[in-house]
Amino acid sequence: MRTKIAERRVEGVNRGIIPLVAFLFLLAIGGRAGAQSSTDTLPPSPPSEVTAFDTHNDAGKNITINWKLSADDGTGRNTVKGYDILRSESRSGEFEMVGSVVAGISTFQDDKVENHRNYFYKVRAKDHRFSESGIVGPVQASGQWYNTNRTVVLIFVVIFTALVIYFVSSAKKGKKLYIRPIPGMDAVDEAVGRATEMGRPILYILGLSTISDVATLASLTILGRVAKKVAEFQSKLLVPCYDPIVMTVAQEVVKNAYLDAGRPDSYDESNIWFLSQSQFAYAAGVNGIMLRERTATNFYLGMFYAESLILAETGNIAGSIQIAGTDAVVQLPFFITSCDYTLIGEEFYAASAYLSREPKLLGSIKAQDWGKMGLIALIVLGGFFASIHHLSGFVNLFTVGH
Amino acid sequence: MRRQIPLAITLVGGVVMIIQYFIPHQISQEIYRGSLDWLMIIAGFTMVLGIGSLVIHHTDKLKHHREGWGYSLVTLAGLAVMSIVGLIWGMAGDKPFMQIFIYAQNPIQATMFSLLAFFIASAAYRAFRARSFVATLLLLSAIIVMIGRVPIGAKIWSPIRLVSDWLLDYPNMVAKRAIGLGVGLGMISTALKIILGIERSYLGGVK
Repeated sequence: MRTKIAERRVEGVNRGIIPLVAFLFLLAIGGRAGAQSSTDTLPPSPPSEVTAFDTHNDAGKNITINWKLSADDGTGRNTVKGYDILRSESRSGEFEMVGSVVAGISTFQDDKVENHRNYFYKVRAKDHRFSESGIVGPVQASGQWYNTNRTVVLIFVVIFTALVIYFVSSAKKGKKLYIRPIPGMDAVDEAVGRATEMGRPILYILGLSTISDVATLASLTILGRVAKKVAEFQSKLLVPCYDPIVMTVAQEVVKNAYLDAGRPDSYDESNIWFLSQSQFAYAAGVNGIMLRERTATNFYLGMFYAESLILAETGNIAGSIQIAGTDAVVQLPFFITSCDYTLIGEEFYAASAYLSREPKLLGSIKAQDWGKMGLIALIVLGGFFASIHHLSGFVNLFTVGH
Repeated sequence: MRRQIPLAITLVGGVVMIIQYFIPHQISQEIYRGSLDWLMIIAGFTMVLGIGSLVIHHTDKLKHHREGWGYSLVTLAGLAVMSIVGLIWGMAGDKPFMQIFIYAQNPIQATMFSLLAFFIASAAYRAFRARSFVATLLLLSAIIVMIGRVPIGAKIWSPIRLVSDWLLDYPNMVAKRAIGLGVGLGMISTALKIILGIERSYLGGVK
C-alpha cells in the first residue's frame, strides 16, 4: 500500500515537472528568437566580386560562378547560412534559382545551361533574409577543343613517341642494342622443353583483366611467342580465360602462332576456353586444372588481384616451373615468393621484345630506358628546386589536372 | 590484306583515342562514349561465345569421361539451374536466383578467399628463411612492420611504430614508385608498339 502511494507521489511530481521544464524551454527559445528579431534587423552583407565564366577545359554546357564571401560569413555578425545562385537569360528578366551552397563556399558550377546562349547571374547571401549581389553577364558556355591541363602529358607523349620512333629506326638500320638479360624470359625455352620431356601440358594464365588493360595486351603478345615455341616442341598449351573477349583474341593468337610454326594441325581450340568471370571461381578452376593435369610449367602473365598467391602457391605445391609477370605492384611479392621467375613491372612489358629479339621491338625498350633517364633527371631537379623556397614553382610545372 | 586491315583499324582507333584524351569537347566525349558502347555490345556477343566455349569444353570432358568429369557435371548443372531459375523467377533480391547466389556462391567464394590466409603463412615461411643477408634484412623489416602495426608492439617498445612507419613511407614507397614509373613507361611503350604496328605478334606472322 505504501509503495503504491509513493509511486503515485512520484508520478504526481513528474506530471508537475515535465510541463514546467517544457514551459521554461519554450520561454528560452522564444526569448532568443525575440532577442534576435529585436537586435538583428539587418540582412547579411551581400556577396561581392561575382564573376561568371565558361568552365575551362570542359565539354561545354557548364558555367562557373565565383564570388567573394559575404562580410557576415564566418566574420562580422556571422549570420550567413548559405548562398543561392540565380540565373536569367536577360539582365532585366526574371531570375530563377539554379542552385544553393552552404556558408563558406564561394563557387558554383551551373551544368543546366545550353551552349552559345547568353546568361546573367547574381548570388544572394541568406540567413532568414536575403541580400543580393549585382548582376553579372552575359556569359556563354562552350566546349573546348584542347585541355590545357594536360599539356605536360602531351609534351611527354610527343617526346616519348619521338624516342620510340628514333630507336626503332636506328635498330632497323642495324645499330646494335644491348638489352640486359631477363632470367624469366631466358627460362621460357627450358620450361617448354621440360614440359615436352615430361609429357605434361603448359598452363598460361592471361590475368584477370579485360582486353582494354595494357597488361592483358602485353600478355597476349607474349602468349604468341610462347605458343609458337610450344607448337615447335609439339607440347600441349592450356589457356583458361577469365574474359570472353580475351578468350576470343587468345584463340586467334595461338592459332596464328601454330600456323607460323607450321603446325596448324596441332592447334586445338578447346584448349583455350572460358572458365569463369568470378574471381575465386576462376582461381578454384585453375587450381583444379593444375592438380588434375599436373602441368609442368605455369605462366602467370597479366593483371592479377588477391587470387595471385592462391594460384602461385598451388602451382608451387604441384611442383610446376612457374614464370610470373605483372604490373600489379602489390601482387609482386607473392609471385616472387612462390614462382621460380618473376618479371617485375617494366620487364613484363619488355618480355615480348626480348623473346623475339627483333631489332625494331628492342628499339622500343631502349626508348623506355631513355624515358627512365629523363624521369630520374626530372626527379633530381624537382627535389633540388622544391628544396629552394623561391624556386619551388618548378614542381608546379608538372601538375596535371582533369 | 588479312593483316593490313586489322593494323589499320588499330592505328586509327589508337590515334583517335590518344587525341580524344586531349580534347574535352562534347564531340570528343561522344566518340569516347560511343567506343565504350561498342565495347559493351561486343562484350555482350562474346559472352555468348564464352558460354558456348564453357559448355563445349565441359560436355566434351563428360562425353569422354576425362579426369575430373564429375566437376564438369557440377559446372553444367550449376549453369543450367541458375539460367532456369533466373529466367522463371527473375533476379530480384528475394527470388531464388539471388538466394542461391547469396547462400551458395558467396560462402564458396569466401572459402576460396580464406585459403589465402594459409597460403600467406606458407609463402611467408619460405620468404623469411634467413639464408642470406638480403633475406635476413627482409625478415627483420617484416618483423618490425608487423609488430609495429599491432597495439602490443607499442607496449613492447614504444618507438617501433615510428620505425614501422618509416620503413613503409620511405624504403617501401621508393621501391613502389620506382616500379610504378617503369610500369608507366612500359605501358605507353607497349601501347605505342601496338598502335604503330611495330608489335604485331597478336596477328601472327612473327619470327
